[in-house]
Amino acid sequence: MAMIEMKNLSKWYGSFQVLKDCSTRVDRGEVVVVCGPSGSGKSTLIKCVNALERFQQGEVIIDGISVGAPGTDLPRLRARVGMVFQHFELFPHLSIMENLTLGQIRVLGRGADEARDKGVKLLERVGLREQAEKFPGQLSGGQQQRVAIARALAMDPMCMLFDEPTSALDPEMINEVLDVMVELAQEGMTMMCVSHEMGFARKVANRVIFMDRGEIVEDALKEDFFGKPRSERAQQFLSKILHH
Amino acid sequence: MSALDLSFFNADLVRQFLWNGFVFSIQLTLVAMAGGILIGTLLALLRLSGRSWLALPAAAYVNTMRSVPLVMVILWFFLLIPFVIGRPLGAEWSAIITFTLFEAAYYSEIMRAGIQSVSRGQVYAGNALGLTYFQTMRLIVLPQAFRNMLPVLLTQTIILFQDTSLVYAIGAYDLLKGFETAGKNFNRPVEAYLLAAAVYFVICYALSSVVKQLQTRIAIAR
Ligand SMILES: Nc1ncnc2c1ncn2[C@@H]1O[C@H](COP(=O)(O)OP(=O)(O)O)[C@@H](O)[C@H]1O
Ligand SMILES: [Mg+2]
Repeated sequence: MAMIEMKNLSKWYGSFQVLKDCSTRVDRGEVVVVCGPSGSGKSTLIKCVNALERFQQGEVIIDGISVGAPGTDLPRLRARVGMVFQHFELFPHLSIMENLTLGQIRVLGRGADEARDKGVKLLERVGLREQAEKFPGQLSGGQQQRVAIARALAMDPMCMLFDEPTSALDPEMINEVLDVMVELAQEGMTMMCVSHEMGFARKVANRVIFMDRGEIVEDALKEDFFGKPRSERAQQFLSKILHH
Repeated sequence: MSALDLSFFNADLVRQFLWNGFVFSIQLTLVAMAGGILIGTLLALLRLSGRSWLALPAAAYVNTMRSVPLVMVILWFFLLIPFVIGRPLGAEWSAIITFTLFEAAYYSEIMRAGIQSVSRGQVYAGNALGLTYFQTMRLIVLPQAFRNMLPVLLTQTIILFQDTSLVYAIGAYDLLKGFETAGKNFNRPVEAYLLAAAVYFVICYALSSVVKQLQTRIAIAR
């Protein structure tokens, strides 16, 4: 059964059409990697999944709930969808632990102790137990991104969205973040990841989507995608990012 | 004209003429600051709401207040309020309300810049966690906006403190009025006004040093 289903999604910024009739789905336990050139609409697409961006046409259905329908309780739906951003977006005025407990307490209504216990467990899991009382600005990029993943996991999400989680990182920090993501995938988390880390895609993706100029050009099983990408644009893109 | 004679200035005079005026000036500053930041923040939120039926009236209010000299607002409010509520309001209360409403326009511009200084990504992150619009504002955006703008908010408060002397126009008893009264009483108006200037200077200078320190602290924290 589909966890995320996208049907004929179109979105415009003024007269500029940023998404053109995009359809795809992510099944429970599936990992789908989205790649494509800069400006092709990947961030916009993934932000439409939990309606951080509004869209004008089409439908997104998460766990059977239509995201764009007027009656949908968006905050409640978003609370069940974890999201990790390119620039981490930790809350700089809150400590690492407060970053992890804020949503649990304010959105899920958990008690402070329960939220803290959960926060400690997740920090341990991403290897940052000692950093709990620090502030985001005191951590390296890789550490911040691991905290951001922990913050999303603290909400016990049914699926996770990643928007280029490693592209703002120094090269030596990319793997510490990818390791956490690989582990998540192997545990069966449903994931939709915008990423150009093809090593990651080869390791854990079920499918790879290639976007260009607002369109989903390829949507193929991993084996097919890396074996023989059908479109010329996808081939060009792959040869560029693989030979750098 | 005889040489300056400051001998009339003693603790007794402070107690008799200055203390009440000083307390009122500080009260007026603090109340107008707190109320002005509160109302100003609401105005800023209205202006940034993206809904013109909320944004336009708020913008009109802010721009009107910022285009009128404060002393006129003080006078008009004082003179008009008896017609509105049917009885006169004391000069002190009238001043407190006027200053709060007037300063709100300036604080709202500062808070608007502050809110805009918080990146869009922070709002996305708050919303993605399931926070509502108001929770995102209150817990994520406003604390950062406030922190980023703290030096500017304090600078505005220093200006506010200086402007409180304008309540002489409606006869409220503030710090300046205290000095003036003392000067009249001892027939030493020049000395009294000089001392008044010195006191305003010391207070404002001390406050702006605090602002400077804050600015460097915030610059380091970023
Ligand atoms: N708020 C916006 N207003 C107008 N255009 C935008 C906005 N956000 C993104 N765009 C445009 O939409 C296109 C897709 O952007 P984005 O989804 O960020 O692409 P990607 O993540 O693939 O690099 C780009 O051309 C970008 O300039
Ligand atoms: Mg992007």
